Amino acid sequence: MTLDSVSSLTPAAPAIACETLVELKNVSFGYTKARQILSGINLIVPRGKLVAVMGGSGCGKTTILRLLCGQIKATSGDVLVSGQSVAEMNHEQMYAHRRRLGMLFQFGALFTDQTVFENIAFPMREHTELPEEIIHDLVLMKLNAVGLRGAAKLKPSELSGGMARRVALARTIALDPQIALYDEPFAGLDPISLSVVGQLIRRLNDALGMTSILVTHDIAESLKIVDYIYFVSAGKVVAHGDVEAIKASTDPFVRQFVDGQPDGPVGFHYPAKALAEDFA
Amino acid sequence: MNGIARLLTKLGASVTGGIARLGFATRFFVAILRLSGTTFARPQLLLREVYQAGVLSLIIILMSGLFIGMVLALQGYETLVRFGAAESMGMLVALSLVRELGPVVSALLFASRAGSAITAEIGLMKTTEQLAAMEVMAVDPIARVVAPRFWGGVISLPLLAALFSTLGIYGGYLVGVRLIGIDSGAYWGQMSAAVDWKYDILNGVIKSLVFAVAISLIAVFEGYDATPTAEGVSAATTRTVVTSALAILALDFVLTVIMFRGGAG
Repeated sequence: MTLDSVSSLTPAAPAIACETLVELKNVSFGYTKARQILSGINLIVPRGKLVAVMGGSGCGKTTILRLLCGQIKATSGDVLVSGQSVAEMNHEQMYAHRRRLGMLFQFGALFTDQTVFENIAFPMREHTELPEEIIHDLVLMKLNAVGLRGAAKLKPSELSGGMARRVALARTIALDPQIALYDEPFAGLDPISLSVVGQLIRRLNDALGMTSILVTHDIAESLKIVDYIYFVSAGKVVAHGDVEAIKASTDPFVRQFVDGQPDGPVGFHYPAKALAEDFA
Repeated sequence: MNGIARLLTKLGASVTGGIARLGFATRFFVAILRLSGTTFARPQLLLREVYQAGVLSLIIILMSGLFIGMVLALQGYETLVRFGAAESMGMLVALSLVRELGPVVSALLFASRAGSAITAEIGLMKTTEQLAAMEVMAVDPIARVVAPRFWGGVISLPLLAALFSTLGIYGGYLVGVRLIGIDSGAYWGQMSAAVDWKYDILNGVIKSLVFAVAISLIAVFEGYDATPTAEGVSAATTRTVVTSALAILALDFVLTVIMFRGGAG
C-alpha cells in the first residue's frame, strides 16, 4: 500500500489505496455556532493501519475520537465506520458499534474502586458469558502483554502513571477490538514509559490485526510507530502524509511542529489586543 | 431600563434553567427505573451499595438514635412530671421516634453521610472519565453505576430508620427506667398500648421510604449532573445535602398532614 506524501493545507482527504475503515467526510462540529471545534475536516483511516492525528492543545483532536465513539454528533458532514454513518445509528447499532471499539482515555479512566484485574475483566464480564476461569486466563494474558501480570491485584491508586496507562491499554484491547482509539497515550509519561507504551501500541495493532487512531502531540514518539499522520489546526486538516514525507516536509506548520518551534503558523500568543493598548 | 431588562433576562433564564433541570431530573428518574433490571439481576451490585450506603452509616445512625432517645426521655420527664404523667414516658418516646424523629433525623443523617458520598463518588467518576469509559465500552452508566446506588439507598434508609427508633427507645429506657426510676412495666406497657402497628409504625416506614427515594434520587442526579471539575463536584455534594434536607422537611410536613391529620385511626 502506498500512502500519499505530505499534502499541505489540502481540504480533501488523501486517496489511500487500501480498504477504508474509518472516514470523516467534510465534518464540522461546534458546541455553539460561535465556538466551532471542527470545520469541514476530511480524514481517512485504512484498515490495519496506525494513524496519528496531531496538533496543538484544543485543536479538536479529541473531538474526532468522541465523534467516532458516537458520544457527540457532527453538526454537518459524515463520520463513517465500515461505511456506516455513526450519526445515523440507533441505540442498538451504537452499542454494537462501541463493542467493536476500544478506547484509551487521556488519563486512563480506570475504575478506581476495582483492582487492575477487575478493570480488565470488566468489559468481558459485561459483554460475554464466559466462565470466570476463562476470564481469569484472558485477563492475565492481556496483562502479560503489557508486562503487568504481577500487578493484577493492585488498585489503580497504587500504580504509577506509566503503569496505569498500560493497564488502560490492556483494558482497551480486552475484547480484541476492531478499532483502537488512543487519546493522548503519552501525556505525562517518563521517557521509558513513553517508549514502552508507544511500542505496545504498535505491536498490539499488528498482532491483533486492529486499526488504530492515535491522538497525540508527541511528534517524536509518533514518528517512530505510526503509518500515517494528519495534522489538525483550528479544526482543519492542515497537512498529512506518511512518516518519511512528514520528516522531509518544508511546510511551515509541519516544520514548526516537528522542530518544536515556539512561534510560527501556530502563534505563541492567544489572540489579544495590541500590547500598548493593554498597558495604556 | 437596561438594568431592569437585564434583571428580567436573568430571572427568566434562571426560571427556564430550573424547569429544564427538573425535566432532566424526571427523565433521569424514569431512565433509572427503566434500567434497574441489571441491579436486581446481579445482586452483588446491590449488596455492595447497601453495604456502602447502609452498613457504613450504622455508627452515626445508632449513636444518634441512642442519644436522641436519652435526651427525649430527660426532656419528656421534665414536662410529664408536671402533669403527674411520668409513667407515660414510654409512649412519648416511642411515638415521637416512630412517627417523626426516627424517619426525619435518620433521613437527615443519611443525606449527610451516604447522599453526599454517592454524589461525590459519581461526580468524581464523571470527572475522571470513568462514566465516559463505560459508555464507550457499550455499558450504560445509569444501569451499571446509578441504578444500584439508587436502590441501595432506597433499601438502606428504612432499615436505618427502624434501627434509629429502636436504639432511641432503648436510650429512653436507659434514662427513664434505669436513671430516673420510672417503672419498667409502665414504660413498656404504655408504649405497647399506645403505638399502633398500622397508624404509627407503617406510616413511619412509608415516610422513610419516601425520604429514601427523594435522597437517593437527589444524590445520584447531582453526581451525574455535576460539572466535571473539583469545584463542580464540591458544589454538587453541597447541593445534595441542602436539597435533601429541604426536601425531607417539606415532604415530612406534607406526609404528616396526610397521615396524622385525622387523629388516631
